[in-house]
Amino acid sequence: MQRDNMAMQRVYLDHNATTPAAPEVVAAMLPFLSHEYGNASSIHSFGQRARTAVERARESVAALVGARAGEIVFTSGGTEADNLAIFGLVPLGPGAPGGVRRHVITTQIEHHAVLNACQFLEREGVEVSYVPVSAAGVVDPQEVRRAIRPETVLITVMHANNEIGTVQPIEEIAKIAAEADIYLHCDAVQSAGKLPLDVARLGVDLLTVSGHKIRAPKGVGALFVSKGTRLRPIFYGGHHERDRRPGTENVAGIVALGVAAQLARENLQADATRMASLRDRLESQLLTRISEARVNGEGAPRTPNTTNITFRHIEGESLVISLDLKGVACSTGAACSSGAVEPSHVLTAIGLAPEDARSSLRFSLGHSTTAEEIEYAIGVVPGVVERLRELSPVYHKT
Amino acid sequence: MEPSHNSETVVVAMSGGVDSSVVAGMMHRQGAPIVGLTMQLWNHRRLPQLAGDGPVGHRCCSIDDVYDARRVAEHCGFPFYVVNFEKQFEDTVVRPFVADYLAGRTPVPCTQCNNHVKFDQLLLTARQIGAERLATGHYARIQFNSRTGRYELLRARDASKDQSYFLFGLTQEQLARAVFPLGDLTKMEVRELAREMNLPVAEKPESQEICFVPSGDYTQFIEGYLAEQGSGQRAETGEVVTTSGEVIGRHEGLHHYTIGQRRGLGVAAGRPLYVLNINTSANRLVVGDDAELQSETCEVDGVNWIAIARLEQPMQVMAKIRHKHEAAAATIECAGETAVRVRFHQPQRALTPGQAAVFYDGERIIGGGWIR
Repeated sequence: MQRDNMAMQRVYLDHNATTPAAPEVVAAMLPFLSHEYGNASSIHSFGQRARTAVERARESVAALVGARAGEIVFTSGGTEADNLAIFGLVPLGPGAPGGVRRHVITTQIEHHAVLNACQFLEREGVEVSYVPVSAAGVVDPQEVRRAIRPETVLITVMHANNEIGTVQPIEEIAKIAAEADIYLHCDAVQSAGKLPLDVARLGVDLLTVSGHKIRAPKGVGALFVSKGTRLRPIFYGGHHERDRRPGTENVAGIVALGVAAQLARENLQADATRMASLRDRLESQLLTRISEARVNGEGAPRTPNTTNITFRHIEGESLVISLDLKGVACSTGAACSSGAVEPSHVLTAIGLAPEDARSSLRFSLGHSTTAEEIEYAIGVVPGVVERLRELSPVYHKT
Repeated sequence: MEPSHNSETVVVAMSGGVDSSVVAGMMHRQGAPIVGLTMQLWNHRRLPQLAGDGPVGHRCCSIDDVYDARRVAEHCGFPFYVVNFEKQFEDTVVRPFVADYLAGRTPVPCTQCNNHVKFDQLLLTARQIGAERLATGHYARIQFNSRTGRYELLRARDASKDQSYFLFGLTQEQLARAVFPLGDLTKMEVRELAREMNLPVAEKPESQEICFVPSGDYTQFIEGYLAEQGSGQRAETGEVVTTSGEVIGRHEGLHHYTIGQRRGLGVAAGRPLYVLNINTSANRLVVGDDAELQSETCEVDGVNWIAIARLEQPMQVMAKIRHKHEAAAATIECAGETAVRVRFHQPQRALTPGQAAVFYDGERIIGGGWIR
């Protein structure tokens, strides 16, 4: 069992976890890791070239989401952007005057970057409503409306779910938020590059994008903050990013994000169509070849690259390991710090029994995924599921 | 065992310690296709108040230990994964551990973990990912006796490290699939091998405590766990009495005590007193002289036989009644379907309910069970 056997085919179907950096992206950032080392805040020519590069990237990211360049704040990634949106808008601590509104609405299926930030808010005395989702994994905008209170200060709802790919009705939620005059933040980490993004059409005030999910490297992301939004910084330092995010700009990373955003915009239609057709083939073949398998989020609008399938009576963890040993990389649940799998809060929220949640696997395709790779996965997965079921004490009992 | 193209693959259970790391290193060096698995058993973010002030590196399945196991796998170059058995571990080890103490027994959680997690769930996972056998860093030996047709469990060569006591519950199926490469080695030799193979854990200190109670303070753990579970069950104080019924003090809750314990009784009697009996129904702690601790018989249930299929007639054995006990001569006889009566030839000190009684014939384990 040599996983590092060079002859073995290796198929990466975990693009929702991270994507390989595009060659164009790497090429564009390299100068900023060598001779273009200027600080974008410096007056001299070194600094000016860095500044130009940062601002061009800002325009590119703005174009990806339909914003103005001045509305884009670069961050260290999606988690920081989510935290900046939440803590930048929700007043905390004893300094918050008595009349300040202190209630936040989010959903049960958010990424941990939002969920754990909200749990911290709760410990600090802010009330948080976690709106449920349907069995298909979609939030009902009316549930959001019902959760609104006079003291609600922020609604934060993801655009597309990372585990099952379901797309949330952001536009309808935005109308409700606007009527009530409440800020709306949207984590679009999993929809960027897969769905058209237009902050005006979506109607959001803030929107998060992450670099490494769209073929830029890890360590860079952006938050769209609509003009006029009073956002407090969460870090203190210099006057970078219009006083919204201090710290010397990660020029190479920002340049990479700019190029990645441009690629995402240019390739969106073609990538989405191609990925959807490969994903549909993978999904339908696995459902045909494997009994007692069902797609999570079926019937809901989904991102074109994601399929999450419950293969009843197996341990997802054993399936992921077995598939990795055969060269297919996919995932189950969310990894905790040790690398072990924790039960998925998303699958629980859509009503899966704990044992079915543990029996679920996510395949997520990317720009580089080929038809051959999908055929390889279709060839490998059914046999592995069958062996696991043969050894499953649960399967024999049923 | 059904042959398959990768039936030679062995899973190594890796704790991040020296022993299991050496097992992995040895087997990898011998060219066996191996996969390393580390079990995530307990979430140390739970009960943070119990973290203790000991070095965190001494905890089982802490992030540091997982990191160490992963480093060994990287160093050698074999596949490695972490598997989450927190639920299984809590259900079959932690909760019974707490229940045992509350019932006045002194449990052996390592045996429960071997029986219900390591050689059950982990072995199953090993088989699911394509391995037929599971290697661990236990100091014990397994041999197949072709005359009886049974797999036998033997003491380790290094008597000071022998862990066979904790393995008495393994079934024939489990023994057939277990591999204990350290059974013939001494601890010094294992350290030496770790150094020779340049394993990144070669100088790592031994862990001693129960893995999910890194502070070693199990009473605090029990109280913390009960509070976390919102259990109404609370340890109540009660009377400390002598065998003649004289009340001589108060105890702090029966889970604080174990049979034979002398320190921490909180009574001054002018002579050394020991815990003789933990009477949970009357919530009384019975204490007395060392001489009163001696007994010649005990009942053992939940018996698992290893070298024999069943106990047909009374048998002379050496019986070990706790891990650090010097096995003593005894006669065992059948006392029910899975129960045995043990008659020691000399009285033994502090026969403790909840501990295991394990029966040896020389090097071989005949079987064992739980002291009632």
